[in-house]
Amino acid sequence: MCGNEAMAESAIQAGLDAYFGYPITPQNEVTAYMSQRMPEEKRVFVQSESELAAINMVFGAAATGKRTMTSSSSPGISLMQEGISYLAAAELPCVIVNVMRGGPGLGNIAPSQGDYFQSVKGGGHGDYHCIVFGPSGVQEFADIMPLAFDLADKYRIPAIILADGILGQMMEPVVIPTNSKLNTQKLKLPKKDWALTGADGRKQNIVRSLWLAEGAIEQHNYDLQAKYRQIEKNETRCEQSDVDDADIIIVAYGICARIARRAAQQAREQGIKVGSIRPITLWPFPSEPISKAADKSPIFLVVEMSCGQMVEDVRLAVAGKTPVVFWGRPGGGIPTVEKILEKIEQLTIKPKK
Amino acid sequence: MAGKIIIDIERCKGCTLCVTVCPNNVISISEKSNSKGYFPAVSTGPNCTGCANCAIVCPDCAIEVYRDKAGSDKIDIKSVNPNKKKVNNLARE
Amino acid sequence: MQTVFKRTPTLKDCPTHYCPGCGHGIAHRLVCEVIDELGIHGRTIGIAPVGCAVLAYDYFDVDMVEVAHGRAPAVATGMKRTNPDKIVFSYQGDGDLAAIGTAEIIHAAHRAEQLTVVFINNAVFGMTGGQMAPTTMLGQITATTPQGRQADGQGYPLNVSELLAVLPGAIYVERCGLCSPAHIRKAKAALKHAFELQINNAKGLSLVELLSPCPTYWRMTPPDAMLHIQNEMTKVFPLGRLKG
Repeated sequence: MCGNEAMAESAIQAGLDAYFGYPITPQNEVTAYMSQRMPEEKRVFVQSESELAAINMVFGAAATGKRTMTSSSSPGISLMQEGISYLAAAELPCVIVNVMRGGPGLGNIAPSQGDYFQSVKGGGHGDYHCIVFGPSGVQEFADIMPLAFDLADKYRIPAIILADGILGQMMEPVVIPTNSKLNTQKLKLPKKDWALTGADGRKQNIVRSLWLAEGAIEQHNYDLQAKYRQIEKNETRCEQSDVDDADIIIVAYGICARIARRAAQQAREQGIKVGSIRPITLWPFPSEPISKAADKSPIFLVVEMSCGQMVEDVRLAVAGKTPVVFWGRPGGGIPTVEKILEKIEQLTIKPKK
Repeated sequence: MAGKIIIDIERCKGCTLCVTVCPNNVISISEKSNSKGYFPAVSTGPNCTGCANCAIVCPDCAIEVYRDKAGSDKIDIKSVNPNKKKVNNLARE
Repeated sequence: MQTVFKRTPTLKDCPTHYCPGCGHGIAHRLVCEVIDELGIHGRTIGIAPVGCAVLAYDYFDVDMVEVAHGRAPAVATGMKRTNPDKIVFSYQGDGDLAAIGTAEIIHAAHRAEQLTVVFINNAVFGMTGGQMAPTTMLGQITATTPQGRQADGQGYPLNVSELLAVLPGAIYVERCGLCSPAHIRKAKAALKHAFELQINNAKGLSLVELLSPCPTYWRMTPPDAMLHIQNEMTKVFPLGRLKG
């Protein structure tokens, strides 16, 4: 089962009510898989006329309280930015999967991580955030779906999954989480009494993002920001290994993190003390663990499949306490273990302070 | 057949559409403006037949129309001033 | 003593922000009357466009959503597909539906979505100050056609209803005018039919185009605007039932 399909099945198991999508490589397996499985489950599948329509269909389904998602790849996700800003403003829960490809422009169909800024810093208009995940394996790609739906419902916020072409296409043994419905109940998520279900015997519900009254949207922003602080406090996730005695710490996410970890292991074998920090949630970004690790003043090596985007967040977290070095390959270039190892060795030659 | 219309002079924006569609020229524009500064329509003429043309064309739903089959033009709508809004939030039918 | 006409409950009892003589007020009332007469108040969800009617949720007392400019048919699709028992209608102006949202309305019809679309054609972008809309008449002066719309350079008024009537997925398309009591009565009948189709799960999209007066940006008095529709607009946008 490839990553795209594993993720799709996991979403279905997590109670997905409706999928809306538009064909774009390298995520076509998701749309095809959904078109097969969703009708089997008597649920909604619509292939839309554009990604722009798809995200608005998600908006519609989400506004009625249904679990809904869409998936696309970089150029398509760019078309969805206005819709995502509306979803965030109207506080509608949903899941958006971006199987990233080489950019900018039409780019290519090779894997990439060049959309980090777009999703983590908010690619649409206005101050907003979405929860952003960066899975690094097929199993995690599948495991993250129920979590994404649950957190989206819990905080009434869109959740974005940043995968990439490799993750989507590659095949690995995977166990699809099937009891996700159980732990959704366990979480006792808030009831969706804001949803549009027809004002039968109750006051009308309005889902909106227009607040014309003086100061109204300002207050709405403060409410949103308070929610974001809450999410930062409770939902930040990252994985750390061999960080305590590390002279060099590699920070990478997604498929890049797996390649970097292999290089870190090989460096350890050569006696170079290398640790790694792998952000799982890209927003909220794990600034604290990085900042704490920076106190022992290791050298940070940030590896990305881009010209360096997440590196800025690492620099913010490290706040100048210790050097942060970047190495990456944009436009679909895939870093190799050897190249990362070479970078590590270069960093150890410099005399430690 | 006699009719009576109630115009909510506060809600009327003086667009004059009702004046033009009334077959018996019952409605005219008042000289006094309402609190918003519009010169509202007022029901002045006697021979309203309750045809509701005015209410149907009114963009602000400011006109209510009543009709009395017995033909008496003294329609007693519970002490209502023809040009004063009678706020009646009727329960849903 | 018989009550001939009174505000229908679904139309909220509050002043509107619309200009004097604006057709939106009439259209809002007709839609609410139809909703109440068909008794579907409790299961209707309405979609407000971006345009003069963006505040429609302040006037329609049903569950409402306000969506991105032109995307109402896509949002409606998402809602109806996941809630087939609900009655979903989108209320859109000509800028919203015929300009930025053309793809969405055509594809909603193309997919035969079971929706009801109330399309207000007042031949101008109202909320933003009276710019040219795709339905602006030739020669019509607007904020962006100071010399009047010229075919050479600004093209021709867009006949959306005719465009949609060709699609098999559009099962009912009618164009009415809000330009006289008689026309308005007919418009109400068309709206009622459009909603009834959705209530009876008819397989396809129904759209009622309402030629609506915009005295402010036509630079006319409300009564003249009504005549303008009757005499001029119906030449370019002929009234009648185009489909179903």
